Amino acid sequence: MGVFLNIILFGTEVTTKTLLANYHLDLFQTEVEETLKRIQSHKGVIGTMVVNAEGIPIRTTLDNSTTVQYAGLLHQLTMKAKSTVRDIDPQNDLTFLRIRSKKHEIMVAPDKEYLLIVIQNPCE
Amino acid sequence: MESMGHPEIFPLVLTTKTQEIFNCRVNEDFTGEQPYKLLKKEDIIEDLHNRAAVSDFYPVKKIVQEYPGSELLLVYDKDFKYGLNFYLIGTEEGKESYLNASEAPEEPEEHKEHVIEDIYVYKPPVSKPWVSLGSEKEIEEQSVKESTKQITYMISRKRSAFGAPIKFSDHNASSIKDAYIECTAYPDKNFTVKQLEKDVGMQVVPKVNDISTQTKWTYPKNASTQYYPREFSEEEKETLGQSKSLTDFLNNMSVSVEIALQQNEIMNAFIDDWKCLAEEEGTFGDKTDTHLKEYQSFTDLHNLTEKTITCVSWHPTINGLIAVSVAVRLTFEDRVHSSGKLLLQPSLILFWSFSDPIHPQLMLESPDDIFCFEFCPSDPNIIAGGCINGQIVLWDITAHADRIENIKTGVSRSKKATLKPMFLLEPESNKEAMYIRHCAVSSIENGHKKVITDIHWLSDTFEINRMGSVFENRSEICCQLVTCSADCTICFWDIRPQKILTPQPTEKKKEESIEIPYDIPSTFLHLDLSWKPLTKIRLSKGETSLEHCPTKISLSEEHLLYKSQEKVLVQGKATKVGEINPYQNLEAGLANPLKPIEDFSTKFFTGTEEGEVIYTDWKMERDPDTGRLMAKKPVNLYTVHDGAVHTIQRSPFYKDIILTIGGWNVAIWKEDVVIGPLLQSCCAPKRYTSGHWSLTRPGVFYVGREDGYIDIWDLLEKTHEPAQSQNICVTMITYIKPWTLSARQQFIAIADYYGTLHILEIPWTLSHPSTNEIASVNYYFEREVKHLEYVEQRKKIREQEKQEMDLETEKKKAKTYHKSKEQLEAELKMDYDNYLELEKTILINLGLIKVSEKDIL
Repeated sequence: MGVFLNIILFGTEVTTKTLLANYHLDLFQTEVEETLKRIQSHKGVIGTMVVNAEGIPIRTTLDNSTTVQYAGLLHQLTMKAKSTVRDIDPQNDLTFLRIRSKKHEIMVAPDKEYLLIVIQNPCE
Repeated sequence: MESMGHPEIFPLVLTTKTQEIFNCRVNEDFTGEQPYKLLKKEDIIEDLHNRAAVSDFYPVKKIVQEYPGSELLLVYDKDFKYGLNFYLIGTEEGKESYLNASEAPEEPEEHKEHVIEDIYVYKPPVSKPWVSLGSEKEIEEQSVKESTKQITYMISRKRSAFGAPIKFSDHNASSIKDAYIECTAYPDKNFTVKQLEKDVGMQVVPKVNDISTQTKWTYPKNASTQYYPREFSEEEKETLGQSKSLTDFLNNMSVSVEIALQQNEIMNAFIDDWKCLAEEEGTFGDKTDTHLKEYQSFTDLHNLTEKTITCVSWHPTINGLIAVSVAVRLTFEDRVHSSGKLLLQPSLILFWSFSDPIHPQLMLESPDDIFCFEFCPSDPNIIAGGCINGQIVLWDITAHADRIENIKTGVSRSKKATLKPMFLLEPESNKEAMYIRHCAVSSIENGHKKVITDIHWLSDTFEINRMGSVFENRSEICCQLVTCSADCTICFWDIRPQKILTPQPTEKKKEESIEIPYDIPSTFLHLDLSWKPLTKIRLSKGETSLEHCPTKISLSEEHLLYKSQEKVLVQGKATKVGEINPYQNLEAGLANPLKPIEDFSTKFFTGTEEGEVIYTDWKMERDPDTGRLMAKKPVNLYTVHDGAVHTIQRSPFYKDIILTIGGWNVAIWKEDVVIGPLLQSCCAPKRYTSGHWSLTRPGVFYVGREDGYIDIWDLLEKTHEPAQSQNICVTMITYIKPWTLSARQQFIAIADYYGTLHILEIPWTLSHPSTNEIASVNYYFEREVKHLEYVEQRKKIREQEKQEMDLETEKKKAKTYHKSKEQLEAELKMDYDNYLELEKTILINLGLIKVSEKDIL
């Protein structure tokens, strides 16, 4: 509380309010949010989403309909890619999937339980 | 005839001899009505005696002899009903019945005529005794009668077994001896006949099988599935988000993801460098050819007065059609002197087509010289023009649209000779027919008072109201105009009928007396002579009563009009296909309540006569003192040019880059950069009189000079001077307008002061942008902006530095002052001491002070 009092003394009302808000956010912001924010802040990143093993989105920065579409389609593609890799060599496994199109690049990082999807516009 | 059931009828054949004897010849004695004759029995018996077996009556001899009566009835059987041509009735009863029957039909025939009028009286049938006609014999023959008596068997059980249950059982008859007697059949040789010959017929017939099956018919049926994706609820998302597994996963995966992201940021791995290096190979024409080539030129040869071209506009939809407004080449004083003569000559807008360089295709007539005009972007048949007297003139050439639509560019002349050369026809009659009169003019009292210098149609995406607030435009047509004039006002006009708040009956009467010629379309009749502007903005110069005189305006939405050629085509086609032309039904759009558009930039650029570029707002605000609507003060004012600004234009590629040309130099501005122009050229040797951006190359613009030269500037080549200069004509260039006809051809229309319109073809190098030219020019502008900002910052830094330097010098001065103060004191003290000593020595010398021995020592 002592810290807050000091802030009030030196800053204007507006700045104190924002400082307080940031402090509250820091309390609840988890590592998950931090990591996602970091990824999202890269240059050219259009959207980031985390999807569970069944293709149901957990966290996303895009709107709902787009997220659902991407999640469903990419989940199936990842399963297919994974099974392809394992069919060729059963000891191999899929680590990363990058789909480059004319407009964007879609990056999929698969895991046993989750899927991390990032869409980036690589051109300047 | 017993076999036939009529035993009394005996058919007979009577030969002609017999007929003569008995007077019963066929046609003479027997008639249709009396085909019978009564013959005497004695005669027949006599004949029988005479002719015995020869007599025809021989077969019936017995019957005749037994006949009770004396007369027998012989009937002529014309129809051979009983087999022969005559028959004899053998009984008295038969005779009677026949005779009665034959008589009965005669009676009703006689009574027929009398009975018709009588009412039929119902007579119930009376039972009569049955008369046998021989039918019972037939019945008797057909009926079945038992011929033998039936055998009766009675089988009974033993008395003791009465009432006891009965037991029946089966036995095979052949197993019990003598249970039955049979007469077995045996083949008897006597009766077997061996068939030695057989007559058999054969026919070859294909084996045909008729088989039928039943199949299940499947018919297509529409089926649909509706589904929604599985989603987590907010709480589940939260819990999952907090879970450790997700944190671990992200920590592991984010590393590889970030590597991938950074790879992309560093470089694009899929660029084909060789491809990007080479310029496009598919060029038409020589690459080194950068000259504008003369294509065609148009001059109006019919009008004798010296005219100049004030404004040029290509037709938005029809290729090869260009419209030109001409004005008389006189100064203001000369105009006033010869105003009487000028009234007789019509002021025209001429439509030239590439296919006919001598005769204009259409001539639009206006009340006075037009100084600027524009085709309506949503309907190219509507043209709005600004007059020298401050009126706005509207034309509607929908009726003549078919005349100009079928014009083709190029050398081939159209075979439709609708316009004959002028010298073949009488000049008077033809001239009147070809002029198209204007539809409507604005009100003289309420409009502009001086020449209208610029007119623009507002884009069809928005419309404004009296306050200047922007609303959505529901009618999807361009219905508002903006004009600026030399009387220092900018007016907004609406072409839709306004609701009249105060009725003005006297004025109405005056207007009604004006007859409207029959061939004028009534599209804008509601506006004619009573058209008032929506709002008027007065450009005043701050507190002084002086005002700015605007020459050109540039609104933010204009750049879309360059690229909307396809859009206009589509819209034009839509109105052709069967819909009502929206301009015929302008009132429809007024009733809808409009939605205001937020975040709409209502600022625009104006150039003035003094060479200033003003960036101001058209939204009106209420003056707190007087309560009237006032225009806002300009946001920015720049004095850059030395003469009147005649061109303010937005670049077709960048929405916020504006080109202004006036006086002797050129300036390029960016809308939000308030520091100054991005580029300001140094003064040219000759005055610039017109200019235009290139439509296809973002860094190129054309500037016309007063000596007939055109300067082509290329920002990627040189920015301090024009890249090229070419001579077009001998006199001042008044208007430049480029136009893209097709992907390969681009023309530029240059109008000069002497009234000639030159059409030149732009070479490939000037019309075709190089790869990434938009990006390069954009980069150039950004650099210029940064340069300006740097200059600003440097200014500030310099000021700061200057301030610091000043401070230092002052400090230095201050320090020396301090130093000298102490020194001065010391010096003063020394001086004082010296003075004291001097005083002492002088006094001693004078002998006023006795030098004591102490001092000497």
